[in-house]
Amino acid sequence: MGGYGEGEALVSHEAICFYLTDPKTGVIREKGHELEGRSIAKKVLVFPSGKASSVVQIDGLFKLASNNVAPKAMIVKDVETVLVVSAFIAKVPLVDRLEKEPFEVIGTGDFVKVDADRREVTII
Amino acid sequence: MHLTKEEEQIFNGEFGEGIQKAMELLVAIGDAYDAERLIPITRAHAASSGQEGDMYFVELLAKGGASCRVPTTTNPVYDMEYFHNIFEIPEKEADVARRVKEGYKQIGAILSWCCTPYLTENIPLYGEHVAFSESSATPYVNSVIGARTNREAAQSALAAGVIGKTPKYGLHLKENRKGTLLVKVEATLKDEFDYTLLGQYVGKQIGYGIPVFTGISRRPATEEFINLCAMLNTSGAVPMFHIPGFTVETQTVEDAFQGDVREDKITVTDKELKQTHEELQGASGKIDFVMLGCPHYTLKQVEEAARLLRGKKIHDDVSFWVCTSATAKFLAERNGYVDIIEKAGGHVVPDTCIDEPCWHPYRHKIGVTDSPKCAYYRRFREAVVIRLKDCVEAAIKGEWG
Repeated sequence: MGGYGEGEALVSHEAICFYLTDPKTGVIREKGHELEGRSIAKKVLVFPSGKASSVVQIDGLFKLASNNVAPKAMIVKDVETVLVVSAFIAKVPLVDRLEKEPFEVIGTGDFVKVDADRREVTII
Repeated sequence: MHLTKEEEQIFNGEFGEGIQKAMELLVAIGDAYDAERLIPITRAHAASSGQEGDMYFVELLAKGGASCRVPTTTNPVYDMEYFHNIFEIPEKEADVARRVKEGYKQIGAILSWCCTPYLTENIPLYGEHVAFSESSATPYVNSVIGARTNREAAQSALAAGVIGKTPKYGLHLKENRKGTLLVKVEATLKDEFDYTLLGQYVGKQIGYGIPVFTGISRRPATEEFINLCAMLNTSGAVPMFHIPGFTVETQTVEDAFQGDVREDKITVTDKELKQTHEELQGASGKIDFVMLGCPHYTLKQVEEAARLLRGKKIHDDVSFWVCTSATAKFLAERNGYVDIIEKAGGHVVPDTCIDEPCWHPYRHKIGVTDSPKCAYYRRFREAVVIRLKDCVEAAIKGEWG
């Protein structure tokens, strides 16, 4: 999924289900999630994979985008069909299979530019 | 991904904006999987859901002039006429449902509004390449029928239906259809509810994967396969499985693993099934509703519910619902099953999913169902999962346990 997005990185080592975020604020509401209480709004979200059924995942990200609180870009480890569709519907740039392991080089709070058309990620 | 000249023209918008969007989505998916090209499909099933994301995409395509090139069926939303006579549905939600239905009509989908299209409305043959979304549908067509589909989302299936093609990746390739772990079944599987429990347990244990089942000695019935498929792909993300000898692609365990037999295995005994059921049972007490038909009940299951209710009276405080396809309801009416259920005080409703706003009145209520998938959506305060015959008994008594 192409496009360009930049912002502050937010790193999650756990899978993300967009349905389990507050659709108005982007705050993760999933009980016990490592980012519970943190907002994914306008962040460059770095996470391993999506989870949950296609309907809730896609509708979840779409609602965030409608309320202008979706991530600015997404960097993932394991991409799958539902995640690509979610990114497409919500128009959020998505990249995977980068040269370097994103979890090793990107930390929460880093400012990151994502050019998904060129599959290029720049850390400022 | 390599595109043919025509595909390139579609991608560049030369045939209109709707079909262009469909192609853009397929290209995004193909690129994510490094697919070399698109391959033709014969049919698709879009797991339409009557939610806003669903509405956005179908309207985007339909308004842009797209239409389905191969038969494409739709998932249930809800039967608005039926519910408007019974409950009040907020106008905003009713509007979304109306627009979703109109969108799929405009795009030329087959308006099946049914989550088990592989039984009647849209049946693939062995070896066909298709794009089927919906939890029970994906594993059913892959495993039971031997057609080839990936674990699609509603939108990727619809896009494939519009283009008549899908990227060549994943389960379209034989080498990706081999088993990933062995499931030794030592439990006794008596009925379709035991298959529900088996699917629930195994899905939860493995998450994503292609299980190969051994120890199942009797050919599963259609309804048993449906329940196994639905639960494997709800508690887990299982797009396909093998039961050598009973699912069509493999006769032996060796075959199912394509020679690469895995050491990983899980064993399921009566104890695991019993524990799984206990976790789903919840507290006993008074109930407000009975919810059946997730996935949609087959004609045989509607008949069974009618047989159990014949000459009985459902408790005044209990609403009794059977969700099924329009086709099955038509035949159930003709055969007198609907009449029996209605005389007992129950409803048989077509075109309707358990996960829809029409069930709002039960949000704070407690009920029983025979489907963990129905309970999983959390549309209700609590839905206790028990066998059909126990559901009927609870409906008559007004309480469970």
